[in-house]
Amino acid sequence: MSYLPYAVAAWLCLVGLFGVATSRNLIHLAICLTVTQSSSYVLLLAVGYVKHGRAPIFKGIKLGTPAVDPVVQALTLTDVVVSVVVVALILALALDAHRLSGTVDPDEIADISG
Amino acid sequence: MTWIPPLLVAIPLLGAVFAAGLDHITPTVVQDALVVAASAATTAFAFLLLWHAENHEVVHWFGGWQTRHGVALGIDFAVGPLAAGMCAVIGIVVTLALLYSLTFLREAARLFDALMLVALAAMCGFAMSGDLFNLFVWLELMGVAAYALTGFTVERLGPVQGAVNYAITNGVGGYLFAIGIALLYARTGALNLAQIGNTLSHGPAGGLVIFAMTLLFCGLLIKGAVVPFHLWAADAYAVAPSPVCAVLGGVMTDIGLIGVARLYWTVFDAPFGHGHAVGDVLLWLGLVTAVLAGVMAFLQRHLKRMLAYSVLCHIGIMLAGIGLLDSAGLAGAELMFLAHALLTAGLFFVAGILHVDHTRIDELHLHGLGRGCWVPAAAWLAGTIGLIGTPYIGIYLGHGLIDEGANHVGRPWVIGLLWLGSALAGAALLRAGARIFLGWGDADDPLLGEPLEEDPRERRVIRPLLVGVAVTAVVLGVAVSLVPGLGQRAEYAADRFRDRSGYAARVLRDRPMAPPQSLPVTIRHTSFESLLYGGGATIFAIGLAGIGLYRRRLPHSVAVAAGRTLAPPISVLRGLHSGVVGDYVTWVAVGTAVTGGVWALLLHG
Repeated sequence: MSYLPYAVAAWLCLVGLFGVATSRNLIHLAICLTVTQSSSYVLLLAVGYVKHGRAPIFKGIKLGTPAVDPVVQALTLTDVVVSVVVVALILALALDAHRLSGTVDPDEIADISG
Repeated sequence: MTWIPPLLVAIPLLGAVFAAGLDHITPTVVQDALVVAASAATTAFAFLLLWHAENHEVVHWFGGWQTRHGVALGIDFAVGPLAAGMCAVIGIVVTLALLYSLTFLREAARLFDALMLVALAAMCGFAMSGDLFNLFVWLELMGVAAYALTGFTVERLGPVQGAVNYAITNGVGGYLFAIGIALLYARTGALNLAQIGNTLSHGPAGGLVIFAMTLLFCGLLIKGAVVPFHLWAADAYAVAPSPVCAVLGGVMTDIGLIGVARLYWTVFDAPFGHGHAVGDVLLWLGLVTAVLAGVMAFLQRHLKRMLAYSVLCHIGIMLAGIGLLDSAGLAGAELMFLAHALLTAGLFFVAGILHVDHTRIDELHLHGLGRGCWVPAAAWLAGTIGLIGTPYIGIYLGHGLIDEGANHVGRPWVIGLLWLGSALAGAALLRAGARIFLGWGDADDPLLGEPLEEDPRERRVIRPLLVGVAVTAVVLGVAVSLVPGLGQRAEYAADRFRDRSGYAARVLRDRPMAPPQSLPVTIRHTSFESLLYGGGATIFAIGLAGIGLYRRRLPHSVAVAAGRTLAPPISVLRGLHSGVVGDYVTWVAVGTAVTGGVWALLLHG
């Protein structure tokens, strides 16, 4: 078993979070969010991977042939859909922020505090 | 009766499709009727489900994919009395909010109604789901609907900021949750909660499970707005339209806590149930939230922001109740959820009425303007008293049961702090009520900070409808502690909810559950201690509200000394709530790391 995919997943998650926390541009920030989210795709696929496994299509193959886990692929697909919706919404809000204030810097649209 | 649970999701989702799709074809009246009917029907089915869930967990396997030899093949809804009751409360609050918004948001597109129904479906789905990944999907679905609803009136920068902060912080929470799911799936090979729990009950848990639990719980606590993951909540609730606030603050925030309870008692009770470490961390988070949010509520002048902190305060108390890991504590959290959802919704409705009448939502700007509006004033007062927990009003019974739980598990010192939290938040609301509806107190107070920008829009509304909805919510909420038999049923529901092996046997092997003994239909009494605490909290809140109103009349030396000691911590607190999303995400990361570190130390050692 290789630890590389897990290391990549951890790196993507942390670097994405760092980007979200320090970003000065909402569009950049939305991309950082997708980077964070990508870590869960890598992790899911790594979890379900079987060495020398086939694609999980079981029609016409011998019983007992190793195949990768189809569940994690379904989870990843759902995850992608969910993430796209959230990012689309944030981009729409970034557009509104720009229309109203001429900036997409989250620090400058911070109108309310305390 | 296994056909009922899917309806609670299907009806509102279909309603949303029709509301959005037939927008330009059907007349407004038909549209409105359809939307309210969908929501009311969902509520009615939730009550029917509650009735049927009395004896057994109602389990529905989608597509007929039943279990084989105790292995879950499909995806299920597993509904006990607690989940069904949650759905019923959610249904009531959403229905009231939709009635309220009939005229309040008339100019808004029909997409508003569709989004509200999607949120309703997602919340019901979340409460009923027996599958870990489905929990995530419902969580994200309600999140997306809520972000859109928060930023619904984008004519000013405030709603944009609120919605952006909400979406990003909760988005990060969702991703943490997703990573936690992947880790737990890697460890157990299962997504069904009952089956994960069964798998983890064999053998030692190990660091991976602790890590997964940290990510799952922190993801949910972000949704539940628990300190230090709470920073987005006040920004979002301050800017959303009042009926949206009623839904977000009344029921959607609490959903995160139900997720924590559900995951603990189906999954993590198996490896960690022998000790108290998991519960103690939750208990501490709850205590800090209750007191800190109470203080923050007292420092607000924007009514909806004040109410947002009051919501967080009760969230903290409920989390503490869950963290006691005791039936009485969980039952208290349930009853507090019920009362607080209705009362909070009612107060948000009253705030909306004030906004309509005077186009203001700031306590100091509204000074004395509410004189003569007796019905909203009475609703505000009753709601406030109910949220403090004055004996036998509103959240009192919930508080009382949490007190019992704390004594059971030998942590009686939490009781005073929890009462302090609700008294602080109550004092803020009382002070605002006295200032607005009676014109008491000073017209200016620098302690409360700068005014926020206000939405000047005029609305043409049917005012009696708004008042009627607000009064209904408050009356229902106030009565919770006095409904005969409710307390006993909440305890029974909590017992069922905590029975991990019974749940797993029911879900995976279709075994019948032990039938309930006949429960008495009397008012549940609490200990004398709770009665004292409730009375004390009320007096404390009234006194503190008085000080808030007439701070300038305090003796000079007292005022100077108090100012010197309190000013620095207050400014630090205000500074933490900076409104900048980067800070919020940093707090989320730090909070997750610390929580996980503490659990690793306590559970591994």
